[in-house]
Amino acid sequence: MRLIAMHGLSVRLGEQLALRDIDLAVDRGEVVTVVGPNGSGKTTLLRAMVGAVPPAAGSVERAPGLRIGYVPQRLHLDATLPITVARFLRLGARRRNGSIGRALEETGVPDLAGRQMTALSGGQFQRVLLARALLSEPDLLLLDEPAQGLDQPGMAALYRLIGAVRDRLGCGVLMVSHDLHVVMGATDRVIALNGTVWCEGPPVAVSSASEYRTLFGEAAPGALALNRHAPGHRHTPEYGCSTTS
Amino acid sequence: MLDDFLTRACLAGVGVALAAGPLGCFVVWRRIAYFGDATAHAAILGVALSLAFSISTVIGVLAAAAAMAVAVSMLSGRGLAMDTLLGVASHGSLAVGLVAVAAASPRAIDVDAYLFGEILAVTRTDLAVIWGGAAVVLGLIVWRWPALLTATLSPELARGGGIDPEREQLAMTMAIAVLVAVSIKVVGALLITAMLIVPAAAARPFSSTPERMAVGAALIAVASVFAGLGASWRWDTPTGPTIVTLAVLFFAVSCSLGALRRKAG
Repeated sequence: MRLIAMHGLSVRLGEQLALRDIDLAVDRGEVVTVVGPNGSGKTTLLRAMVGAVPPAAGSVERAPGLRIGYVPQRLHLDATLPITVARFLRLGARRRNGSIGRALEETGVPDLAGRQMTALSGGQFQRVLLARALLSEPDLLLLDEPAQGLDQPGMAALYRLIGAVRDRLGCGVLMVSHDLHVVMGATDRVIALNGTVWCEGPPVAVSSASEYRTLFGEAAPGALALNRHAPGHRHTPEYGCSTTS
Repeated sequence: MLDDFLTRACLAGVGVALAAGPLGCFVVWRRIAYFGDATAHAAILGVALSLAFSISTVIGVLAAAAAMAVAVSMLSGRGLAMDTLLGVASHGSLAVGLVAVAAASPRAIDVDAYLFGEILAVTRTDLAVIWGGAAVVLGLIVWRWPALLTATLSPELARGGGIDPEREQLAMTMAIAVLVAVSIKVVGALLITAMLIVPAAAARPFSSTPERMAVGAALIAVASVFAGLGASWRWDTPTGPTIVTLAVLFFAVSCSLGALRRKAG
């Protein structure tokens, strides 16, 4: 089932065209990862999907009644504002009894409810943000660099968690990531973005596609061997097997 | 009961304190103390305005403070550093305001009353204005609390939740202008920002949630008003500055206790 679709979407930020002519859709149950260099419009894309920035051209079509759980990038909380994790999760909506505890349990941080938000580590903070997004029981999760500031095991654990959430809720997930090689095992489809959709496809295919290499230059992170056998992926002749850098 | 000027002073102070405490928390959380100063100093311009056009001081001050608040909000992010812009706006409006007051009034008027307040001279009408304004500010904060809080925590989170952070900021800005207009008689243009910031800062070390900090700030502000009125009565000191002095004392004690508790914990 189609959750959200962008048709010829362009977004202007001030003088600049941040996104141009984007055609992109996310279906229920799939995990889509957006990669791209800095300034390629990844965050703007998410904000356009949420409806925080208006399209300059084209349209964003959302399924009727679509519930979006959005985790923004770089959330800086001011230390002058005291707020516990539980209060933070209750912010802006009435929550059912016990739902906060369950959300924290699901994201693997069940003991944090009474802690101050500003006292959390980077990994704990990202998990609390994810718990907050889950509380609205979203059809579509939008995650802007959910793994920022985490070490490799932390990232891997977070992506496993996102996969588990998708399996339980059957929601669609679109996330922004810097490192394709870490996220490859956890994603169904990769979109390389550079103002517009540069190339798109299964992770292994994209990482070896020449367009992707052009976009990221010679330093393009290659695919790891363990991702070669991603289910559903077929090695096609045009992509070959050049999946190592 | 309202015939007694001390009773009226207490009621006026409590009215301002109840609104200034919670509103001041937002000023502290958003780090807009200097913005509060600029808005408050514009009040002197408003006094000149009301003298020149023979309108009520509250209306003149409200107009000037609101205009300043909107102007600064709109100018921000257009080249000049916010800090510089606010410095110019804050001190500029104070200086121009004082000049304009002198020019607008045919006879010499007591500018001190507008700068430092005149809480002991509060009339019944003033009381009605103060409590009316305080009710508007408190009502706005209670009504929009979740949206204001989310927008203050993170504009991005707010947008994700369908809240327009700019609208919430405008509401906040207008609330500050209203508070300035009704409290100029109580603490004066120079010390209004103190009533916003000091009680909120004093409440911070003992608050684990934003709600507790808002209530704590209101209580500390009310306590400062009573203690300040008492001290000013006893030692014959200027009332507005004495109230602020007591609030600063509460702040110092609270911070010291907070530091001690952190060490012990």
